Amino acid sequence: MSKAEIVIIGAGISGLSTAYNLAKKGMKDIVVVDKSHFLAGATARCGAGVRQQWATKLNCILAKKSIEFFSKANETLEYEKDIEFKQGGYLILSSSKTEDKQFEKNVKLQNSLGIPSKLLTKAEALEIVPHLNKDSFTSASFCHTDGHVNPFLMSEAYFLAAKKLGVKFYFFNEVKAIELKNNNITKVITDKQEIETNKVVNAAGGYAKEIGQMVGVDIPVYSENHEILVTERTKQMLSPMIMSFSMNIYCQQVPHGSILMGRNNPDALHNHDISSSWQFLDEMAKTVNYILPEVAKGRVIRTWGGSYNISPDFQPIISDTLVEGFYVACGYSGHGFMFAPITGELLTEIILKEELEPYAKDLHIDRFKNQKKIDKEHSVV
Amino acid sequence: MSKKDIIICRCEDVSLADIHKALDMGYRDFESIKRILRVGMGPCQGQTCSNLIKNEIARYNKVHPETVKTHKIRPLVSGVVLKDIAESKDE
Repeated sequence: MSKAEIVIIGAGISGLSTAYNLAKKGMKDIVVVDKSHFLAGATARCGAGVRQQWATKLNCILAKKSIEFFSKANETLEYEKDIEFKQGGYLILSSSKTEDKQFEKNVKLQNSLGIPSKLLTKAEALEIVPHLNKDSFTSASFCHTDGHVNPFLMSEAYFLAAKKLGVKFYFFNEVKAIELKNNNITKVITDKQEIETNKVVNAAGGYAKEIGQMVGVDIPVYSENHEILVTERTKQMLSPMIMSFSMNIYCQQVPHGSILMGRNNPDALHNHDISSSWQFLDEMAKTVNYILPEVAKGRVIRTWGGSYNISPDFQPIISDTLVEGFYVACGYSGHGFMFAPITGELLTEIILKEELEPYAKDLHIDRFKNQKKIDKEHSVV
Repeated sequence: MSKKDIIICRCEDVSLADIHKALDMGYRDFESIKRILRVGMGPCQGQTCSNLIKNEIARYNKVHPETVKTHKIRPLVSGVVLKDIAESKDE
């Protein structure tokens, strides 16, 4: 039987970032297990956007710190390729007085935290993207330091850096049980091997709830399918990510040249479905044809789905738990990729029992038990 | 002919040398290689490269090609203009 100082469940971006940060701080014998191949889960299925325009203070701070990491990730991780960090901004469209008011509040909050977002008139937004349908929106908010990172390559950069620091990876290892003795973890059992350990990180993305149940920790999250499509590679036509909460769309051209777009399904069931539906294709095509008719002239070549792991306040849970040595990073509600750098840093501080910055204490799983009102994120597609 | 000049995925311009490098780095299944090199993600959706890559994976892993899984086939079968979908009407 093998032994490990810590077993990280899930080799998605959160697990990778945590493994790298722990190894960098000197921890030895770190093992990462994943039930499938490299990047089978939500990380490789995400929309590749990184934004700081949030409605809650917590999400703003996490996003800003993560962007700071992305901007120097190639050098920090000594990555031979390029993570494709591109700051074309996020242009978020407002189509009503209610949204106008919310965006005013959001920008004020973002600015107070050092995020350089601003409100734009319709004319100013059209200067950035001239082919936007001018009848589809009334105003916008914009942050020029938001943008794009390639999820595959960002993950590979962490993966290779962690391997170089001695982290061991076991793919096609599905965790079947976690053994406890007197509320302490003793063993992780996969379908291929048993690993003796006292510490486990639950970074299982869409399956975080099930992993929690293995040690009796009830994590108040659920998974739901979010679909997405991509067009063939085309001429440069969109610099920023275009987003609208009320019209239910996000749409971005990635450096590769293809255009990604997604929307949520308000009737999605709470389960692990990640299939593609014709309804999504139909509604997505109609939405983009209305807002960005030039983009709709492109051909869609592929659609797919991925799990959002949703928490009650649409903010992540980065936390220790009542079970000694059991740590959680989940409930990102669709934003685990863009928050990955700070996830790894914070979880490492929690595991090594270092002093946390005050804001980070609000990411604890116990916040849902408290009676105090939770600040809920509304800026989500 | 140099491995660099043998193009395996024409859509994403991936050579045999790229495939062999990925295999050497430890990416030993189609889905992993797809994520690193974008093979099968272009307009033809792997219709040209998937069997070629399957053979390379089989040779590298010393297994029969029939046992190598290729990528998940996703909708659509071929590219369709979004506007045509948006404006299509039931007949």
